[in-house]
Amino acid sequence: MSRTTMIKALNTALRDAMVHDEKVVLLGEDIGTLGGVFRVTSELKKEFGAQRVVDTPLAESGIVGTAVGLAYRGFRPVVEIQFDGFTYPAFDQLVSQVAKLHYRSRGRVKMPITVRIPYGGGIGSPEHHSESPEAYFAHTAGLRVFAPSSVQDSYTMLRQAIACDDPVIFFEPKRRYHESAEITTGQVPEGVVKAQVIRSGDDVTVIGYGPTVYTLNEAALAAEDEGISLEIIDLRSLDPLDIETLADSVKHTGKVVIVHEAGPTAGLGAEIATQITEHCFDYLEHAPVRVTGFDIPYPPSRLEKFHLPDLDRILTGVDVVLRRSESAHQVGAR
Amino acid sequence: MPIVSTQRMDLEAGSLPTHRLLTVNGEREPSEELDPYITDVDEAKLADFLRDMMVLRRMDTEATALQRQGELGLWAPLLGQEAAQIGSVRATREDDFIFPSYREHGVAWARGVKAEDLLSVWRGVTPSGWDPNEVNIACQQIVIGSQALHAAGYAMGIKFDGGTQISLGYFGDGATSQGDVNEAMVFAASYQAPVLFFCQNNQWAISEPVSLQARTQLADRAAGFGLKAWRVDGNDVLAVHAVTRAALEHVRAGQGPAFVEAVTYRMGPHTTADDPTRYRSEQELESWRAKDPIDRLTKHLESLGADVQKYLSRGETAADELAAALRQAITTMPDPQPTALFAHVYAEPHEALAQAEHDYLQYLEGFDTGESK
Repeated sequence: MSRTTMIKALNTALRDAMVHDEKVVLLGEDIGTLGGVFRVTSELKKEFGAQRVVDTPLAESGIVGTAVGLAYRGFRPVVEIQFDGFTYPAFDQLVSQVAKLHYRSRGRVKMPITVRIPYGGGIGSPEHHSESPEAYFAHTAGLRVFAPSSVQDSYTMLRQAIACDDPVIFFEPKRRYHESAEITTGQVPEGVVKAQVIRSGDDVTVIGYGPTVYTLNEAALAAEDEGISLEIIDLRSLDPLDIETLADSVKHTGKVVIVHEAGPTAGLGAEIATQITEHCFDYLEHAPVRVTGFDIPYPPSRLEKFHLPDLDRILTGVDVVLRRSESAHQVGAR
Repeated sequence: MPIVSTQRMDLEAGSLPTHRLLTVNGEREPSEELDPYITDVDEAKLADFLRDMMVLRRMDTEATALQRQGELGLWAPLLGQEAAQIGSVRATREDDFIFPSYREHGVAWARGVKAEDLLSVWRGVTPSGWDPNEVNIACQQIVIGSQALHAAGYAMGIKFDGGTQISLGYFGDGATSQGDVNEAMVFAASYQAPVLFFCQNNQWAISEPVSLQARTQLADRAAGFGLKAWRVDGNDVLAVHAVTRAALEHVRAGQGPAFVEAVTYRMGPHTTADDPTRYRSEQELESWRAKDPIDRLTKHLESLGADVQKYLSRGETAADELAAALRQAITTMPDPQPTALFAHVYAEPHEALAQAEHDYLQYLEGFDTGESK
C-alpha cells in the first residue's frame, strides 16, 4: 500500500502492463518525450523506448487505425486520445473497425485495444476539452466501456482493460486526476468488471460513474445530516451494464436517481432507467429520476458550474423520488 | 465552364513516367529500369499469368451472373483489372500481409482464398469468408480507405518486432481523397514502416471521375508524403509485376514505404446495383476494351511463337472447372442459423448479449410444432 494520485496510479498500471506483456505498446500525441499533457505516461518512453511508447502524428483516426493494424500483427495497443472532444476524428475507426473486426472475422482476429480518454468537465477548459461521449460507445456493439471513479479502480480497471481481448474505451475522470489514495498494485482480477455498492443505504439508490461518484459521496454525507440514507453505486463498467447489482439495490430502496455529466437524451441514464424499470417495476415507488448535464453543447467554462450535476441538484433529485420536492424539471432532473 | 472538369487525364501526363513493357499489340518494350526485375519471367510464367487472369475473369463474370439470378445480394466486379491484381499479388512473398478493399477478389483468390469463400460474403451468409492469419490477407474492407491505416499500423508492428515482411494496402482512386489514406501515408513515412500502398486507379469512383478526386496524377501525391512512387500501365501484367517487385524490393531493403499507381479501368459497373450508362460513354469503354489485359498478353505470347491455343484452352478448362464448382457451392450453400447472429461479437463473455441470445432462441423454439423441417 502506498499513497498515490490517480495520474500516478494510471502510470503504474501502464508500466506494470508493459512489464507483464511485451506486446503492450502505447500510442498517442505527446505521450513519449513529454509524458502526455496530463503526465499519465511520464517516464515510460525512457524505460521502454520509442517503439513501445510511440509519439504519433496529430491524427486521431491515424492513431486508432494504425492500432488496428498493430492488433492484426499481434500487439496489444493502448491508445491515448488527448481530450474527449478529439475522439471524433477516430469515430469511424472505432465504430466500424475496432468494434467490428472480431465479429467480421468470425473471431479469427482479436482487437485487444484500449483507448484511454480523459473525459468530463469541471476543469475550466475551452470547447472540446470537457465532453462526455460515453453513450456513443456504449451503444456500439463490440466495444466495452469502462469509467473508473477512484484511484484504486484507475489502476485495477486499466490493467483489466489492457488484459481484455475485446476493445475497451476507457474513460478517465480528468477532474479527479489529482485525487490521491492508498492503493494496492500488482493484482488484476479475472472476470467481468461489475458495479460496486460503495456506500450502503436504505432510502434511495443513487447511481453514477466516473467524476460524478465523488459528488455522490458528498451527497450521501449531506443527506445523512437530514436523516436520509443513500445507497451509492459506482457503475464502473458502462458496457456491459451490471443490471443485477443495480436491480438488487433498487428492489431494496424502491427509488433511484441516476447521475451523469452527459446530456439526458439517449444517454446512459436513459438505458439504466429503462432496465431498472423492466427489472424492478413492482418495487418502484417513484419513476427513476436522472440528474444530468443539459442537452446542449458543452458550455464555456464560466457556465459549466450550472451545467454539471452538483451536490444541490443531486439532492434535489433525491427529494423528488422521496416526494419531498416537485421540482424535477427545474434541476434538469427528469 | 463546368465547375468540375470531366476531361479524362492523359495516361502519360504527370511528373512520373507510366511504365509499360507490353504495347496494346503485345509487343515487348525494353526498359532499363524494369527488365532486371523480370529476368525469370519466361513463357511458362507468362502462361500462368494468362491462366490466372482467365480464371479470375470467369470467376468475376460467374459472380455477376449469380447475382443476377438472385444467388448473391451484391457483387463488385473487377472486370478489366485482372492484370493489376494478378501482376501485383504474384510479386509478393507469402508472408507479406495484405489489406484489401472489396474489389480485390483476384488478390484474395491468388492468395489461396477459395472462390466460394469469397462469394459467401456477397451472398450474405457471413461477414468474412476466410481466416486472415492463414492466408495473410485481411477481411475485405468496405469503408473506403480505412484499410490503408491498418496496413500502415501492421507495418509499424513489423518494424517494432523486427520482421522481414511487408504489408500492402490496396485501394482505389476514390480512396485517395479519404483522410485515412492520407494519414496512412503520414504514419508510414514517419516511422519508415515497411508498407506498400497499391492504388488501382480504375478511373471511376461509382459515377465520379478521377479528375474529381485529384488534379494531379495520384502517384505524384506520394512524393509529398516522402514516399517513393511508381506509375504503371495497370493493364500490362508484365509491367505491373515488374513495378511491384521493384517497389517491394525498395521497401524490403529498408528504404521506406512506397506507392504504386496502376492505371487501369473498371470495365463493369461499380457494383451490380450500379448503372454506368448514366455517367460514361460507350466510346470510352471501347477505347479501354482495346487495352484489354488478357488480349494483350495473348498477343504477346503469340509474338513469342508460343502455342497460344494450348494455353488458351488450358485457361478455359481451368475457368470452366472453377465456375462449375463455384456455382455448385454457392447454390447449395446453406443459410446460417440464428445463433450466428450473436457469435463473435465479443471475444470474452458478455452476459447481456448471452441473455439476449438465450431469450431469442427460446422465443424461436416456441414456433417449433414438432413437425420435421
